[in-house]
Amino acid sequence: MNAIEILGLEKTYLVGFWAKRPKRALHPLHLNVEEGEIFGFLGPNGAGKTTTLKLLMGLVFPSAGSARILGRDWTDPEVKAQIGFLPEQPYFYDHLTAHELLNYYAQLSGVPAKERSRRVESTLQRVALPDVKGVQLRKFSKGMLQRVGIAQAILHEPRVLFFDEPMSGLDPIGRREVRDLMEQLKHEGKTVFFSTHILSDAEALCDRVAIIHQGELRGIGAVEDLTSSVQGKVEIVWQGTQVPASMKALGADCHVTGDTVRAVIDERQQDAAIDALRRERLRLIALTPVRTSLEAYFVEKLQRAETTAGSTA
Amino acid sequence: MKQRRKVSLIAGLCALFSLAASALLLHRIDQLRPQSTLEDVLYISSPKLLKRASLGYDGLLADIYWTRAVQYFGFRHHNHADSYNLLAPLLEMTTQLDPHLIVAYEFGASFLAPPPPSGAGEPERAIQLMEYGIRNNPDNWRLYYDLGFVYYMNLQDYRKAADAFERGSKVPNAHPFLRLLAAQMAEHAGDFNTARMLWSATYQNSQDKQIRANAVEHLRALRVDEDVTHLQQAVTRFGERTGRLPTSMSELVAAEGLPGTPVDPDQHPYKLTPEGRVEVRVPDDFPFATKGLPPGYTPQPKFHGEQP
Amino acid sequence: MNARILHIASNTFREAVRDRLLYNLIAFAVLLSGAAILVGQISIDIEKLVVINLGLTAVSLFGIVIAIFIGIGLVSKEIEKRTLYTVLSRPVRRWEFIVGKYFGLAGTLVVNTFFMAIGVFAALFYVSHKFVRADALVLVALYFIVLEFLIICSLALLFSSFSSPLLSAVFAFSLFVIGSFAEDLRGFAAMTHGFTRWLVTGAAYLVPNFSAFNIVSSIAHEQPVAMQLVWHNTLYALFYAAMALSGAVLIFEYRNLK
Repeated sequence: MNAIEILGLEKTYLVGFWAKRPKRALHPLHLNVEEGEIFGFLGPNGAGKTTTLKLLMGLVFPSAGSARILGRDWTDPEVKAQIGFLPEQPYFYDHLTAHELLNYYAQLSGVPAKERSRRVESTLQRVALPDVKGVQLRKFSKGMLQRVGIAQAILHEPRVLFFDEPMSGLDPIGRREVRDLMEQLKHEGKTVFFSTHILSDAEALCDRVAIIHQGELRGIGAVEDLTSSVQGKVEIVWQGTQVPASMKALGADCHVTGDTVRAVIDERQQDAAIDALRRERLRLIALTPVRTSLEAYFVEKLQRAETTAGSTA
Repeated sequence: MKQRRKVSLIAGLCALFSLAASALLLHRIDQLRPQSTLEDVLYISSPKLLKRASLGYDGLLADIYWTRAVQYFGFRHHNHADSYNLLAPLLEMTTQLDPHLIVAYEFGASFLAPPPPSGAGEPERAIQLMEYGIRNNPDNWRLYYDLGFVYYMNLQDYRKAADAFERGSKVPNAHPFLRLLAAQMAEHAGDFNTARMLWSATYQNSQDKQIRANAVEHLRALRVDEDVTHLQQAVTRFGERTGRLPTSMSELVAAEGLPGTPVDPDQHPYKLTPEGRVEVRVPDDFPFATKGLPPGYTPQPKFHGEQP
Repeated sequence: MNARILHIASNTFREAVRDRLLYNLIAFAVLLSGAAILVGQISIDIEKLVVINLGLTAVSLFGIVIAIFIGIGLVSKEIEKRTLYTVLSRPVRRWEFIVGKYFGLAGTLVVNTFFMAIGVFAALFYVSHKFVRADALVLVALYFIVLEFLIICSLALLFSSFSSPLLSAVFAFSLFVIGSFAEDLRGFAAMTHGFTRWLVTGAAYLVPNFSAFNIVSSIAHEQPVAMQLVWHNTLYALFYAAMALSGAVLIFEYRNLK
């Protein structure tokens, strides 16, 4: 079953003080997310990612279109028990402690009373916040608040998770932890739909991604497919500054950087290249296939959109 | 979306129902506590304190108290009340808060001084109010007029009335009749014409509906008093000449050479009783008349065309 | 469903209390005890009057200010600070949120008034050295003040559901002032004609009428209060609050939370 089906959701705002002009925050969006996958929703700031999430959460009402979550209408309150939401840069009740806050959320999510404190404890452990008993939330750092945000989203063990910029405010260790958590969630069979503008995270985590720009979907597909090598080239890196003649003969494109050399050669020639290095007793450091990065795909999609927009404007 | 519609419908109906219920309850509460806005009047013993407590918004508060005063009097008058205990405090508070609210003093002159049921029956307090008004507005000739009016109408102190009119006539831009009235007081105080001048002046110089209506009633009553006095004198003369009472009004008219059948301000002819008394046809229409009333008649004052 | 409302209400209460709200009680206590002691030194006979007048007026004013300032924060602040997002992404209906917030705020004020009442009675005992039957009237006055709070809270919540915190405070406070003079407004209405009369009368009934709740002066002079009035006022407050709350629910149901 599809975890999320977005059926033409659309949002137009009226802006302006006297004469209201329509501003399209989201063009009709069609998107499916399968259960158990990690889906990345990418785009630059202001692209419409947050708008989409707010529409799905029922915080904002669509101008047109609908959606289904786990097979039910997205406005169905029962659906909410199965989902968790982490908003962008979350902020919580200043004067509660993390325990009280999570307990409150557990109450609202319908977690049985007996279960509550156990769940709260285990969730706090899971997001690496074990020692915050009695500390009011207003004293938390940004990173800690982000963890609390994730905690409240996973607390009631929902089947589908919606994260808006889950890595924001975290240091590299924190980001790694969140990435690990998301992998774990996937292993548990949960679906994760998250928005981000940091492509490396998406590349590392997602099964599929969609790219949105200026409220329109620009591209969608599995990460593997989007970044697959179409050229069949490999990159070979060896120690030293020498470039053997035989390597040049293979038509390699060589660059010396510090005390290593990188060369890009055709895939079919990689055995010959390795032989060449061995003959010259040069130490092989790495041999990796050249892949189009997600970033390149991303930029290309955005630029293409801009030029088409430019040509029709 | 069905959820939303259901909730909206229930909320909307609830709001309308509650609105109706609360309006209804309010109506009932009003009936339980008539004149409740005036309770604080009873308990504020010092108008000066009120002024300080009003934190500089005394102008607005004065307007509110003025409205309450007008309503208080109108409401009670409409219901034939025989006392107006709160009128003086209300007017005093109003003028304490805004000493330049001239109409409040005028109201006091017309309705504080006369005896119940047409007024509060407190002429002394009315005098104090006028003097307070004059102290705070020494260049307003109307206040001297009002002061003289009270002395004349309710205290019959013609000397003090003359004094007041005299003082007023000295104010720059004073109405010329003040000088005239001062002179009238000396010799013709008890004349119908003098009284008529005063009530006409009150009528012309006020904008307040109740004051004007009151003045009109007095003028009508004056007309009746005057007519009845003259007609009664004619009856006496007839009696002296013929040694008997006239049998009818027409006989009297013919015998004394009166210009046509005498009619009251409502165009109803005056009656002549067998005992030789001249009476108005409908005494209730002339609440302030002192002559032409049947013996043992007590007036029920009500204003013509007044809005309660 | 009911459980969720209760949880929202108790959370609101807790937030209010932790926000050092109850410090206002200290200010109140200082004011009242100061006044009681001061008045105790002046001539007899009016001490009781002053304590009752001052005490009850202070309870009323402090409460109105709290009701407005916390009330307007209830929804506006939650939207501004986005704490609302994580609440509404749970199986909480929007109307449950509004109702829960209302009970939380009302509950906070009732508790606050309770403590203030203790203060008033303490000050009363200090100046009179005993309690008389008529002092029970102070309880009635306090009850009426609580009814006023119920109305103000509902209005604060109503404005908060669609307007910014500052504007909500302005509207709520304005309605409080107008409501205190609502009887005069009805008097004005009676003096006008035609369309204006309809308009002003309508406004006079729409605005909350606080005059009937303000019995402070009369009970200070030991005037009794009719039982009927207590009933009517209670019902009026309940219906009026229900109306404002229904309005809040309706507006909030359609609000886009940008």
